[in-house]
Amino acid sequence: MMMSISLFKPTNDGIASFLRFVSVGVMAALLMTTASPSAIAAEASVGKPVMRRLSPEQYILTINGIFGRDIDLGGNFETEVREDGLLALGASRVSVSATGMERYDAMARAVAAQVVDPAHRDTLIPCKPASVSEPDNACARQFLAEAGRLLYRRPLTEQELQIQVDTAAAATVRLKKFYDGLGLSLAGMLGLPQFLFHMQTVEGDPANPGQYRLDAYSKASALSFLLWNSGPDGELLAAAEGGALQTPEGLARQVDRLLASPRLEDGVRAFFTDMLQMHDFSALTKDAEIYPKFTTGVAQDAREQTMRVIVDHVVTRGADYRDLFTTRRTFLTPALGAIYQVPVRPYPEKDSPNRGWQPYEFPEGDHRAGLLTQLSFVAMHSHPGRSSPTLRGKAVREIFLCQKVPDPPGNVNFEVVQDTKNTIHRTARERLDAHAREPMCKGCHKLVDPIGLALENFDSAGGFRTSENGAAIDTKGEIDGVKYEDALGLAKAVHDSPAATACLVKRVHAYTTGRKTTPADNEWIKRLQDGFIADGYKIPALLRRIATDEMLYRVARPQTEAANPATTLFAQTTAQ
Amino acid sequence: MVAIPTAVKRLHRRRVLRGMVGGAAVSVGLPLLNCFLNGNGAALAAGGPLPTCFGTFFFGLGFNPGRWEPEAIGANYTMAPELSALAPFRDKINIYTGMQAFLDGRPNRVHDTGVQVCMHGEIARSREATPPSIDSLIGDVIGTRTRFRSIEVSSIGSSRGYSSRGRGEVNPSEVSPAALYARIFGPEFQDPNAATFTPDPLMLARKSVLSGMSEQRAALVRDLGAEDRARLDGYFTSLRELENQVSLSLQKPEPLQACTTPQTEKDPTTGTVVENVLATNKLFSGLLAHTLACGQTRVFNSIYTSALSTIRRAGSADTHHVLTHEEKADEKTGYQPETTWFNERSVEALVDLITALSNLHEGPGTLLDRTVIYVSTDTGRAAVHSLINMPLITVGSAGGRMKTGIHYHGNSDPVTRVGLTIQRALGVPTSSWGNDSNTTSAHINDVLA
Repeated sequence: MMMSISLFKPTNDGIASFLRFVSVGVMAALLMTTASPSAIAAEASVGKPVMRRLSPEQYILTINGIFGRDIDLGGNFETEVREDGLLALGASRVSVSATGMERYDAMARAVAAQVVDPAHRDTLIPCKPASVSEPDNACARQFLAEAGRLLYRRPLTEQELQIQVDTAAAATVRLKKFYDGLGLSLAGMLGLPQFLFHMQTVEGDPANPGQYRLDAYSKASALSFLLWNSGPDGELLAAAEGGALQTPEGLARQVDRLLASPRLEDGVRAFFTDMLQMHDFSALTKDAEIYPKFTTGVAQDAREQTMRVIVDHVVTRGADYRDLFTTRRTFLTPALGAIYQVPVRPYPEKDSPNRGWQPYEFPEGDHRAGLLTQLSFVAMHSHPGRSSPTLRGKAVREIFLCQKVPDPPGNVNFEVVQDTKNTIHRTARERLDAHAREPMCKGCHKLVDPIGLALENFDSAGGFRTSENGAAIDTKGEIDGVKYEDALGLAKAVHDSPAATACLVKRVHAYTTGRKTTPADNEWIKRLQDGFIADGYKIPALLRRIATDEMLYRVARPQTEAANPATTLFAQTTAQ
Repeated sequence: MVAIPTAVKRLHRRRVLRGMVGGAAVSVGLPLLNCFLNGNGAALAAGGPLPTCFGTFFFGLGFNPGRWEPEAIGANYTMAPELSALAPFRDKINIYTGMQAFLDGRPNRVHDTGVQVCMHGEIARSREATPPSIDSLIGDVIGTRTRFRSIEVSSIGSSRGYSSRGRGEVNPSEVSPAALYARIFGPEFQDPNAATFTPDPLMLARKSVLSGMSEQRAALVRDLGAEDRARLDGYFTSLRELENQVSLSLQKPEPLQACTTPQTEKDPTTGTVVENVLATNKLFSGLLAHTLACGQTRVFNSIYTSALSTIRRAGSADTHHVLTHEEKADEKTGYQPETTWFNERSVEALVDLITALSNLHEGPGTLLDRTVIYVSTDTGRAAVHSLINMPLITVGSAGGRMKTGIHYHGNSDPVTRVGLTIQRALGVPTSSWGNDSNTTSAHINDVLA
């Protein structure tokens, strides 16, 4: 169980200091009624505060982090929306639908019921009620304040806390059970926007009069979600509370601590799952008659394989991002081995930390190396029963090079493209060549097909082949002027492409800020890109650069204040 | 397999488990169901006619132009070959031909633009500017007093749907009939025909929790920009609906003759193989019928296949979508044979939904009679993503508010005329629907009763 009592510290003091903090924020705001011209110019390059909905993984990791890994969430989540290539950007645009609300509510009640059940209450609730059938406001207050601080990622305001204490008391009276009443109040907190959304709070920046920054708690959340994909732990909140996080040294100390934690793996997984669009993997199916080896288990393993390779490469080995495209190191299960044609011993120790995963290195000269030749890539960007050079080429451009490939025009005749029974055009290359002779199709297919055709040695389920319908497959191709013979050549070309590393930095930037990149961000992104190159293309170093960059925490003038200069309470969403 | 009504009502698990714990039980004895039938045997609820229901049924990739349109206009037409499975229901449905969606010079986002115009009445300029879908507009009028404002299902396995409250916020679809069953007929279901009624103390407690949550709105939205404020307003609207759900569970429901609790069903094999998708659609259809009959919602959205349909035959690499673009037309008939086979399965799926609603008898009529289903698709000719001659069908008369048995030909009218007609039939106070060339203020007189 992950939860530790040390996360819960008495918070009466916490609330008091929070309120003091609020008043400092308000005071600072009062002092800044006019913005200097330089401050206004600076605003042009900073974004508005961003309100992101928790992703399903963030919800799970947060609950598991606070209440322990044995809490079963059940239920399912609201649908996520991808914008500009990232779900992290969609999260800044979505609300909660009625169906989503029902789902959150059901999950919240399921989680809360477990927290207060006899198996957990002694560890998770720091006090005992005077009577199990009557309200005990002191005990309820203690628990709700402590749990609430971790759930809302800041101390509750007195008003918020009082609502939860009153709710618990009213429900206890109704149900004649203290723990059931407390559980319902906790469920209420789990369903509120303070938990379901990262709500950012803005304050005046004392060092730069007229400018604004995230408050320390919002800063703590931004850091923690970036690096751990979860809410801040007790120590990070304490750094926010004590003010250390608003100093460059204090910030650096926390960033280094988070980067050194094993939980960095969660953060790196979350970023790459989003960037590589692995969420869509859960819906991936292959025709069982054509590809009998490709089962649901194989699909899950394929996704996990890619994540293991990335975490091992980027975090454990601290290696160069570009080498992800060419590395021969991988991890396999017996089920994957069947498709990769590599004998993998049956799970030696089923309950070992590796859960049956075994490291493997493809021999030099093997036709597999790097992410593009992995099952997760070639199978995901294919049709259910047939490979697709077009989809694969489009995916390489859009996912790894950040280049948008236009949608096909509406009125196209595709009849010849993939008529696999066509005796003249037996391979995908021949069929696409015929199709791309159409002038309206030519432009885009030239952009994507030569990339995807290099991967034609891998069928829709990721298996290796050298021929299609009896005709030899030709894997020659070209990307942005670089010519190659096969998938390994393509991998090398992407590895060497400055567009690929620039794209990675752009994605990290958008993922971190949670908003669309604008031209005003170019200078910042360029600075990050230069740093990435200087650091030898190391992802943790890039994360450190962006997490310690003051730009990340600068925000534009709050809209409400701009609309009404007399308003000074903008400093705290939560100030009452 | 259709969900089969059980002869014996199940005891609520909640009652068995919780009994009288924590609250004074209120037991209300109910008289025999016949007491709720008027002299003609027509079922009544709360002294008036049973409420109208609205549903959408979506199928991807349309039909073959020239093979689905009836020849004769008006009543007593002969069903065209592609829709022949609908022949037994001819007098309960309307077919609309010659309707189209207008692009007004904007790009045709293939498989998406047609859906937008049919469901939202327009091509939105941005995600945020997307107006609510038709079911939402109708739900605002007929769906506010039921446990669920609307129920969304998708038989093709994707939780994405076409129903939206606006701002591009899509209402997610249920993909598992078993999950839908648990959601509707699980422990929180109040059987309207139960002999006794006891408000659940847990629901009373939950109600006060939810109002404690609603109270926090003002403090939370105060400092947000307009866009985030709109998002939180969406959240609080959804929260109010949950409160409404809980409040309703504290009131004794009106008895409903056709309401029986269906049997639980295991989900069919998931995936995109046509037999499985049809089986899922059939289960969903049965569950939706029971959900309406039990007064749990008055609005539903059912997707058989999505716009870019990936449905396929087992062992075949060709999806319906791929076939529409790549299959050679048969020289003799002029139609793509496999594509046509898939189109006919769409009709079969619709027939399964109609059958499920017709099988629930209420007095002399059926549940279908007080319902109207709006059937739409994404294209008039899938091979070239045409938005001309988009197939539209309505099923049911919404309790006599719409005439049925009619083939209406639109002479290139916007598809929105059908949606506007339904909205007017169901009492949506609107002078027009749609924007730009897709705007209409003229309902279809021939079908509005």
